[in-house]
Amino acid sequence: MASSSNLINALFIFVLAGFIGFEVIRRVSPLLHTPLMSLTNALDAIAVVGAIILVGEHKNSLSAVLGFIAVVAATSNIVGGFYITDRMLRMFKSSRPAPKP
Amino acid sequence: MTAEFAGNQIVIEVLYLIASVLFILALKWMSSPTTARHGIWAGEIGMLLAIGGTLLHHGIIDYRLIAIALVLGTIIGIPLGRVQMTAVPQRTALSHAFGALCVTLVGSAEFYLRTPDISRFMMSVLSVEVILGGLTFTGSLMAAGKLQEILPQRPLIYRGQNFVNFSLLAIALVIAVYLVLHPGARSLFPFMLAIATLFGVLLIIPIGGADMPTVISLLNAYAGLSAAAMGFVLDSKLLIIAGALDGSSGLILSIIMSKAMNRSFTNVLFGAFGQVQTSAAAGQEEKVVRSATAEEAAAILSAANKVIVVPGYGMAVAQAQHKVRELYDGLTKRGVEVRFAIHPVAGRMPGHMNVLLAEADIPYDRLVEMDEINGDFPQTDVALVIGANDVTNPAARSDTTSPIYGMPILDVDKAHTVMVIKRSMNPGFAGIDNPLYYLGNTLMLFGDAKAFVGGIVRELGGGHG
Repeated sequence: MASSSNLINALFIFVLAGFIGFEVIRRVSPLLHTPLMSLTNALDAIAVVGAIILVGEHKNSLSAVLGFIAVVAATSNIVGGFYITDRMLRMFKSSRPAPKP
Repeated sequence: MTAEFAGNQIVIEVLYLIASVLFILALKWMSSPTTARHGIWAGEIGMLLAIGGTLLHHGIIDYRLIAIALVLGTIIGIPLGRVQMTAVPQRTALSHAFGALCVTLVGSAEFYLRTPDISRFMMSVLSVEVILGGLTFTGSLMAAGKLQEILPQRPLIYRGQNFVNFSLLAIALVIAVYLVLHPGARSLFPFMLAIATLFGVLLIIPIGGADMPTVISLLNAYAGLSAAAMGFVLDSKLLIIAGALDGSSGLILSIIMSKAMNRSFTNVLFGAFGQVQTSAAAGQEEKVVRSATAEEAAAILSAANKVIVVPGYGMAVAQAQHKVRELYDGLTKRGVEVRFAIHPVAGRMPGHMNVLLAEADIPYDRLVEMDEINGDFPQTDVALVIGANDVTNPAARSDTTSPIYGMPILDVDKAHTVMVIKRSMNPGFAGIDNPLYYLGNTLMLFGDAKAFVGGIVRELGGGHG
């Protein structure tokens, strides 16, 4: 478990990642705000790794059951999130070089 | 720990590191529609690496159950990825709920596995994880229910609402503090969780449809922060990074949305629009409204040089985006320059209108943000408002008594002619009367957005050779 140096490391990572997120996402075109939200949603479902370990370690039936539901919920976000983001982005097309008169 | 396990651990950590980098790149590539699809691939590869790495974890003994859960999640996920574009806001709210559910369940399981031997810091983050996750779960379900119109979209307001809500949150926090000091008091944990979930429900009850873009963004931020808290609990750098990225994304969107409504977060969450609902009815009778038919509208549009279309939630409700595309085609063919003015809070979530218009194959370079297009309205022949209301209300500029005073709006009233497609003269969702409709240069086109735009398209097609 986290000792105090682990904790400081974790805080460093959190603050720096938040900062990167802020700078990167600030540049996202408002055009793509909806796909941005569905993409971050899919990425956020990386929480599935914690749930997978809970299920896999099977320490007791409560943790296995809760973990199982958590894996299902997160996986549906991963699959659904990437899928719909892809569908949305495929729809964004530029007008053709020469619009017909 | 044997050498083999240690080796595994290094492989896992390296895979997580690569996944983190890919996640950041995924978001970076979202900055432009031309690179955005690379972003999805980066995200997908990162996700596969992370899950693959996790399966190498030495403590895992039961792969069968994991496989069943992954398959089940995929089966649920596919239809959630195939929903219609008009249903994207409720789908998004639902996926915030699923994300928060995962975090809450893992947090609860960890609580029962680790207590009573848990450090104070760990118990604090675990409480944050579970409270934030729990309220985001039910709050997002409520939002999804309102957007799907299973629940009434009107804000539900009662006396002492904020007092009740704050008291509940305070009780949950008091329990959290008690658990940090006495982690052995495991029987209190379900109460903390229950109160957090109840708080999530009550938090969303007073929120109306027009505030949904801000609320969805805020729930997005909460979901991200709760995942980051889970990363602290599990000491997982990857999870902290993903949670921080999601949290900052939600936060940025919330800031943009609330700025676009000239309201603070607290005002959105605790100061529902509801109270003003009945106020605007008086004096409406004597004002004169000019209306026009589809034929007249088609004549005016085809005589124009520059047209700006202003879409709003009404276009989404009527599913009119494909008819709008036909109108765009018809007018462009006649040499009319058609652009679309997108208000940041038009619709029910950030970017809602852009997705609908892109679905209808309207090129994205025709979709222009408010700040860029507002200066062009005085040189515009026709502003055609389709199902938008408050975002075009000139009272926001001039009337200090208006509830939306100060909100940045699209200056459609400055166009030579304004045409507004609207079902009736009933005031919009927020119940605020719109002086735009009584201006001398405004023509009201009464009818269903899809049917009326279809009518204009027919007239355009028939009128010329």
